Order: sequence, then structure tokens, then C-alpha cells
Amino acid sequence: MKLELKNVSYQYKKDGRKILDNFSMTVEDSQRVGLIAPSGYGKTTLCKLLSGYLTPDQGEILLDGRPVSSYKGYCPVQMVWQQPELAVNPRLRMKEVIREGDEVEERILVELGIEEDWMNRFPAELSGGELQRFCLARALGRRTKFLLADEISTMLDLITQSQIWNFLLREVTERKIGLIAVSHNQPLLEKVCSSEIRLDG
Amino acid sequence: MEEPVLKIEHLNISFLQYTNGMRQSQLDVIRDLDVEVNAGEMVAVVGSSGSGKSLLAHAVLGILPYNAARGGRMTYRGSELTQERIEKLRGSEIVMVPQSLSYLDPLVKIGKQIRKGRNDQKTVEKLKNIFRRYDLKEEVEDLYPFELSGGMNRRILISTALIEEPKLVIADEPTPGLDLKVAKRAMGHFRELADLGAGVLVITHDLELALETADRVVVFYAGCTVEEAASKDFIREETLRHPYTKALWRALPQHGFQFIEGVQPYVKEMPEGCPFSPRCGMCTQECRSDIPYRSLRGGRVRCLYAT
Amino acid sequence: MMRHLNGRQRVLLGLIVSAVILLTVCIGGAFCGDAARVTDFSRKNLEPCLRYPFGTDWLGRDMLVRTLKGISLSVLLGMAAAAVSAFIALALGIAAATLGKTVDAVISFVIDLLMGIPHILLLILISVALGKGFRGVAWGVALTHWPSLARLIRAEVMQLKESPYIQIAGKLGKSRWYIAGKHMLPHLMPQFLTGLVLLFPHAILHESSVTFLGFGLSSEQPAIGIILSESMKYLVTGKWWLALFPGTALVLVVVLFYVAGENLRKLTDPGSVHK
Repeated sequence: MKLELKNVSYQYKKDGRKILDNFSMTVEDSQRVGLIAPSGYGKTTLCKLLSGYLTPDQGEILLDGRPVSSYKGYCPVQMVWQQPELAVNPRLRMKEVIREGDEVEERILVELGIEEDWMNRFPAELSGGELQRFCLARALGRRTKFLLADEISTMLDLITQSQIWNFLLREVTERKIGLIAVSHNQPLLEKVCSSEIRLDG
Repeated sequence: MEEPVLKIEHLNISFLQYTNGMRQSQLDVIRDLDVEVNAGEMVAVVGSSGSGKSLLAHAVLGILPYNAARGGRMTYRGSELTQERIEKLRGSEIVMVPQSLSYLDPLVKIGKQIRKGRNDQKTVEKLKNIFRRYDLKEEVEDLYPFELSGGMNRRILISTALIEEPKLVIADEPTPGLDLKVAKRAMGHFRELADLGAGVLVITHDLELALETADRVVVFYAGCTVEEAASKDFIREETLRHPYTKALWRALPQHGFQFIEGVQPYVKEMPEGCPFSPRCGMCTQECRSDIPYRSLRGGRVRCLYAT
Repeated sequence: MMRHLNGRQRVLLGLIVSAVILLTVCIGGAFCGDAARVTDFSRKNLEPCLRYPFGTDWLGRDMLVRTLKGISLSVLLGMAAAAVSAFIALALGIAAATLGKTVDAVISFVIDLLMGIPHILLLILISVALGKGFRGVAWGVALTHWPSLARLIRAEVMQLKESPYIQIAGKLGKSRWYIAGKHMLPHLMPQFLTGLVLLFPHAILHESSVTFLGFGLSSEQPAIGIILSESMKYLVTGKWWLALFPGTALVLVVVLFYVAGENLRKLTDPGSVHK
């Protein structure tokens, strides 16, 4: 499988700022790509475009030759957001949050270090690092083919960051999931990714 | 020797909270926190997000929520820092630099905003000096915040704190979501404040960033300060003291990217004694009792076996 | 005893007490149906005494029974009207926020329009058009009280739609109905319920005023508005109890509903965990 951006342009509706101009890239499901750009270059916007949250003004985004936005139901391209606190419904218990994923395997929960007891808690009773593990697990459902990680460990402590990335590396390699990682942490991207794409040059 | 600007000993903060609908229970969010800030020094308190370290800033500024209780001792320049005293010093000698640019009033011109309405010769002169130091042009005084870039506004925020000539500057998570270059520059501004003679206390989750600019780093884990070390101690693992700090060091991508199992214990399920004991390879029966915070090789550590 | 209860338990107690009082009044009123119309000239114009705590009127009717009946009528009407109103608000609020720009523009226009006209005027118009009586007033109140709640719900849904967890649910293949039911409704429920309860006092007051002005319930029904407007004639002759007790009862009921609504809000507000 491959995920392609073809001559994509996008500008913010609010202030008309151009984020992407005739931009193209291709990611194979065997690749782990790091995205690097200074802030304000629209890394998050690019992630949202790739995972179908936004549609481009021009050009197209294809998954296996089909536009990403045309996939109804479960989207094979899943994105994990920077702030896990916003990515889960504060009124749902964690077990219900996980149930929203696509038949997430028990094994993934165990390997991410999610404890039995957390499943009955509400998001407010977990730390950011613990919540982010749930967000990752939820995004790694059965039909996930590509995973977009948008600064997923910037707000976490170093040990949690290392735990999460070491797991992700194993998981995406084993299941042949394509990984696109955004981070400002250069050593981290070097450790995790097989190639890098710079947006600014 | 000169008294430290701020000295906090055995700070603890607990909350009364509702659980299961109708029952109230007490949550000990900070259990034992020690930190000292001297004049001209920048100290970083580093802990993971959600560990309650922001409460430290709230305690020093006397703005804890009403359902919180505080224990321990806080002294400012040699005498006890009571709520009354905080209220007198807050905003003049003790200032907090807010983390978000939204604290700037969009409808007030920059100059007026920083001078807080004062127009006397001394304040005007002071502002000119500050602007010169931060590389801001004089014309900026007559502009509104929206006419400036994000980086300039950040310098304006710091200038707002500086106009009071504070003795103690507190910054809580000053670089949220900023990319590395901007974050480093923001930390650099705090460094300059310390170089001018103020005591600077930065509270952050980003150890790497803290190490770049701070003189000393205090590591906060599960409600306790577990180690206090000079920034240069972090260059090699051997100069560090606490097993948790060493684990942090090894988890850095450039230092092997290794991790240890487990997570920080939940406030309601704190282990007896050392909070790190469930994840520690050196843990023994003795670690289940109270662990003293002792001096070691120019720093401090809360571990029985650190050498 | 209050000392032993924590804040939340006190709030719950307040809610239960006010609900019980309101319910008792309703049920009490429903049982003394005919007693409110019984006239007995042997006991007319009695001042409040032990047998007739609220006194009697110029036809010898027991004012306590009449007040109870009137209040229960008002509460029932208020509940019916507030419920209809709140559901209109919920439906239109959600529709405006989710069904696209045109629907939103139309609904927002109607909201602004209704909010621009004084309630009482519109209420009288609707009531008269529907032939006054219980039906007229009920519809009048129901159709005029939804706009502010609808506007609140619309804004809330708009904001919810943008929140990451709802967008993520969409990408996880969840249907619109699932998202509305599982994510949006539970979030809206507290506001909806509180809005509903806080609509009661409005509905009751407006019903009474319309009836008082003669555009509402017919004069044989012992509604609070009727009682008050009739007693006006006798006030000048010193029969103060005819207006004082029914009037105070009305105010009390309104206050009780308000207390209940506020306590409900406090209990369902997730931010109140920290008190």
C-alpha cells in the first residue's frame, strides 16, 4: 500500500495563509518517515490532510490510488494528536474509549503498559502519558494501514517517550504499517525514522 | 553567605475532592518538595506533565485553589513567606511570566501596557533600557500586540515582568508547543534575567531544554523532589545520583533510548516510602520507609543507596 | 446535621427537598379538585384562622384549597410547556449546528426574531389565536420560551463538532447517529436539564400574568392568575389575605424551581468535582 500526495495546495480559510503549494510526496507502508519543518509550516495541517480531516484546495491525496476522503467508515490512515487530553471524551471511561477503535487487540494494550485498573477510570484520572497510550492503542486497530504521529511525545517525560516509541517501532514493523512522524526532536527522529522529509527546503 | 531568594522546605499540597459521586477524599498531590533559588541563579523544576508541579508556582504566588491545603515552609529572603506577605510582594518583587501570549491586552498599546499606566521619567527610562536589551525598537511602544510577531510578543511579556525589577521570577511551562528554536530563545530570555541578578524558577516537563540554560535542575517525581543536580552533572550518567534521574538519562534518544517498565504511581495509590521503589532495580525492604533528602556530591538526593 | 454533610450532599438535599415540596403541592392540588369550587355563604369573608389558614373569599370558598389547586394547575401547565419548549430548543439547536448553513441561517433568524419580540405580547397573541383556555396558554408558553435555550445548545454543538475526540470518532468509522448519541447528547444533557428546570418558573409566571390580564385560563378555573385578578376588587376593602397567600405561594414555587435548577446544575457540572 502507499499513501501519495499529488500537487497538493492548501490555504487557511481564516487568514488565507498558504500552507502547502503544489506539494507532492509518497510514503510506502514499509517506510517510517520523519517530517521536519519550523513551526508555522503546517505540519499539523499536513497530517490532517493526509488522514482526511481536511480536504486540499487543489491536488489529491490517494491511498492505494483512491482518494483518502472517499473511504467511508473506518479510515485506514489514523492520526494520533499532540494533546491526548483533547482526543478523548472526558465523559467516557477508558474502556469505552478503546472500544471505539477497530477491534484493538488485547496484546497491544498490554505491550503499551496499560493496566487493567485504568480501563475503569475517566480521562481526568490519568496523566497525559497514560492517556496518550490509550490514544495510540485506539489508533492501532485492525484495519489501520498508516499511522500519523503528530508530536505525540512532546508533552511527555523521557521515559514514557522512550516506552511509547520503542513499542511503536516494533508494532509498525511487524504489521507493516506505514509511519509518518512529526517532531522537533532531531535525535528522536533519527532513532525512529528510516527517512526524512523537510518541508522548508 | 547571602540568604537564598526563595527557599522551600517539605512543601506539601493536598486537595479535597469528590469521588464516586458523594464521598470526599483527600489527594496528596505534592508530598515533599524542596527547592532553593539564589540570586542570579536559574533553577528548573522538571517533572512529567500532570504530576502537579504547576502547583508549586501557584503556592509561591499564593493562588492555590480554595480547596487546597498547604504545609511545609516557604521563606523569601530569609523570612517566612506568608499569604499576607505574598500578596504584598506579588507583582512587584515576585513576578510570574505567563505562558500564553493571550495574557497581553489586545486593546492597549505595548508601551502603556508594560509601564502599567505610569508615565514618570524613571519608568520611561527603564522601559527604554529593557527594550534595548531585548532588541526591541522604540517605535514598538506605540504599537498594539497584534502588530507584532509571536517572538516579539514573548519578549514583551517578559518586559512586563522586568519593569518591576523583580527579585524572583517564576515561569510555569514557558514553552508549550513551541518549536525548538523559539523555545530555546524563550529560555534564553530567562537566563538573561538571572544574569541580571534575579532568582529564576522555571517549571517545565522538558528536561533537555532545562539543561541548556538552567544552573541547577530539581527532578520531581510522583509528588517528591528526588534529586537536585547541577546541569553539568547530566553530561554523564555516572555523575547523576537518583536511579530515576539515571533512567531519564538513558531514555534520551541520543543516550540509548532505553526505557524502564511501569508508570508514575497514581496519587491515590502511592507506595510507602520511596515513590520510585516499584520501578527500581536497587529497591530493598528499607526503601518502604521514609527516605531522607540528603546532600551528596554537591547536590541532593532522596535515595538510600545513591553514591 | 448539616455540619456532617459535604457540599455536594447538601446540594443534593436541597434538590430533593424542593422536588418533594413541589410534588406534594401538585398531588395535593389534584386531589382537592372540587373542594376549590365549593361555595358556602355561611363562612364568607373569613380572616385567616385555624380552620381556614388562608381565609375564605366573598363566596365562602376555602382559599387554602383554591391556592393549592391553582398552584398545581400552574405547575402542571408549566411543566408541559417547559418540556415542549426544551425539546423544541434541543431539536432546533442541534439541527442548526449540524444541518448546514442554510438551515442554520433560517433557525438563527427565527431565534433572533422571537427574542426581539416581548414574550408576553407573543404569548397573548398565540393564546388568543388558539382560543385561550388551558390549550391556548400552554401552547403560547411552549412556543415562546425555547429561543434562548436553543441558541445555547446550538453554540455548544458547534463547539463540540470541532473538538478532536468527535472528529476522531468520525475517522474511526462511527456514524453520525452514534456520535450524536454517545458523544454529544451526554455532553448536552446537563445544560438541557438545567435549562428545562429553569424554564418552569418563567412558564409559570407568564401563564399567571397572561391569565391575570384575562387572555388565558377561563374564570371558572381556580388558576393563580384568576385568583389574583379577582381578589384585586376586594383588596381595597381590606381583605388582604385574598391576594397575599396565593401571591406568596406563587413566588415560593418559582423560587423552589429556581433552587432545584441551580442545584441540578451544580451536581452535573463536571468542574464541581473539586469542591
